[in-house]
Amino acid sequence: MSAIKVALAGNPNTGKSTLFNTLTGLKQHTGNWPGKTVIRAEGSFEHKGEEYVLVDLPGTYSLFSNSADEEVARDYIVFEQPDATIVVLDATSLERNLNLAFQVLEMTDRVIVCINLIDEADKKGIVIDEKKLAAKLGVPVVKMSARNKIGIDLLLNTLDHLVKEKINPSPYRMTYSEEIERKISQIEAQITGLFGAELPSRWIALRLLDGDDALVAKLKEYIDKKKDGVTANELPISANS
Amino acid sequence: MSFQSAPTPRLLEQIANEAKSASSHEIRDQIVSNIYQTSRAVCEEVVHYKQPPQAQTEKLDRIFTSRIWGFPIMLSMLGMVFYLTIAGANVPSSMLASAFGWAEGELTLLFQAINAPAWLHGVLVLGLFRGTGWVISVMLPPMAIFFPVFALLENYGYLPRVAFNMDRLFKKAGAHGKQSLTMAMGFGCNAAAIMSTRIIESPRERMLAILTNNFVPCNGRWPTLILLASLFMAVGYTGAAGTLVTAAVLMGMVLFGIIVTLTVSWVLSKTALKGVPTHYTLELPPFRKPKFWNTVLRASLDKAWYVLKRAVIVAAPASILTWVFANIYVGDTSILMHFIQLLDPFGQALGMDGFILAAFILGLPANEIVIPILIMAYLSQGAMLELDDLSELKQVFLNHGWTWLTALNMMLFSLLHYPCGTTLVNIYKETKSTKWTFMAFAIPTAIAIAVTFLTASIARGLGWV
Repeated sequence: MSAIKVALAGNPNTGKSTLFNTLTGLKQHTGNWPGKTVIRAEGSFEHKGEEYVLVDLPGTYSLFSNSADEEVARDYIVFEQPDATIVVLDATSLERNLNLAFQVLEMTDRVIVCINLIDEADKKGIVIDEKKLAAKLGVPVVKMSARNKIGIDLLLNTLDHLVKEKINPSPYRMTYSEEIERKISQIEAQITGLFGAELPSRWIALRLLDGDDALVAKLKEYIDKKKDGVTANELPISANS
Repeated sequence: MSFQSAPTPRLLEQIANEAKSASSHEIRDQIVSNIYQTSRAVCEEVVHYKQPPQAQTEKLDRIFTSRIWGFPIMLSMLGMVFYLTIAGANVPSSMLASAFGWAEGELTLLFQAINAPAWLHGVLVLGLFRGTGWVISVMLPPMAIFFPVFALLENYGYLPRVAFNMDRLFKKAGAHGKQSLTMAMGFGCNAAAIMSTRIIESPRERMLAILTNNFVPCNGRWPTLILLASLFMAVGYTGAAGTLVTAAVLMGMVLFGIIVTLTVSWVLSKTALKGVPTHYTLELPPFRKPKFWNTVLRASLDKAWYVLKRAVIVAAPASILTWVFANIYVGDTSILMHFIQLLDPFGQALGMDGFILAAFILGLPANEIVIPILIMAYLSQGAMLELDDLSELKQVFLNHGWTWLTALNMMLFSLLHYPCGTTLVNIYKETKSTKWTFMAFAIPTAIAIAVTFLTASIARGLGWV
């Protein structure tokens, strides 16, 4: 069985890279994302007999493809379709960080929300009810401090449950005004006509309504690749794995 | 559609176009505000505070970045920094000048006592010692006040708020909001600021930031501006009123630099570098009480000392060279005067003179040495002035026919002219293009020449000088 692909997403300065280093140790290598001057870090680790490949996505505040960083992070989640995406949030400014989590939840179901820097939040007297948050978001929520190695086991076990489908997330989906919703469902139907369940059609419909030309270009590329008989899922993750 | 058609790029294009025509401007706003509202609502339920959250930063930000108060506060902060610098620098500058004057007298006596030849006394005392003395007297005190005060503001967390306020203006000029950050960096050092433009991803917007960075005065040019403003711009005012006027003139210079930055960005983004500005996120750090002495000490040592060292290292040999060139005669004029006379007609047309242009040309390696070279060149003209007082320095300038227009135009030229050698090298390294490096040289120089020519013509035409 091939390795399980996991992506790490999050705002800058949330301790995402600390978590990446803690999980992968020395088993990592870096390079550039194809065609971009954005650094790609990838590493591997083992848990309960499973081989995991972890990809550290660039730290971003949003995924609207405003910049090369955001495009890389978004394209990976949508087109490479990792088996799980861990969204790392800063416990001390949860509100701002949640914006990114909601954007990821619109793209994929297989999400774990990881509230990092929980020790700093404690110091500042911030208390987060993670059970309530998990219920709201519809995906597992883990509190942790990557720096002090608190909550790592819980995160790994949750990851194990998620990929073995012992948990079935039903992520929170934004609802928009009636008018936008009507437009979304119109376009969504046509996108589903093109791609079936391969790609998140509701999310694509929303992006097309927002006039996201970068995504259109990426979709065309995706179609061309499919024609050549390679699907995104079969693309080699890296030369070594 | 319930069947799955084979996906083709053409079909996709159709759908994308349909989506675009169904789209409206409010969609992006609604998407974003929806996400923000949901985050807020969720947080209100999920996050609790044992003690009330520190709302101080938010309250302050509401004032510092307010649409009404943001700019007035920014301007008054800037004015306050200048006022403190000018008011505080006068006394120590004069004290330093008279100390150097006394030492020069002693040195002269010493040289006479050992029967040193006149040329040695000329090179070492009248050239090297006097030149370096003037540079330290006029440059050290303002820098020792300006840099620490600026560093305090920076460490308090105020500068990101300035960037936030400026963002709107840069967007309107078709540039990237981050350009306000690289511009702020330019107040320290343009060469470093060129490197900092790497934070702008779009090549078009990055080029705008590179080409216009020079229009804010850097460490090397602050002393020139502060010195000339305090010597010439507050004539007829005394005491606090004079300092206030001087500070206002300096503020005007900075504002003018920013206006030129925005105008040039706007013109370029409509012509050679067309395009739409992209978004970015700016994280405002919390306000922190700076470690006062730590900051003051670090700024004094790192910045003031560094700039002074650079100025003295160049000024010392330059003093000797200038003295030598001013005392070697070809025909009946010195080599230096030949060069200066060559430049003089052009300098006069720009409201300055040949000495000033020569100083700017020889000052290409670093802006710090423009004033030292100018003082040296004037002093070498046989005007045997004792180093006593800053008013003596003004007298030197006046003897060479300076008016307020000369000072104003030298300030304008210093603000607008070509970047220093280090900055140009960095621009070439970053753009890898001789064409754009040349543009980075040519655009500011053309503007500097045009502006000074214009002010000189207007002032003379209206009979103000």
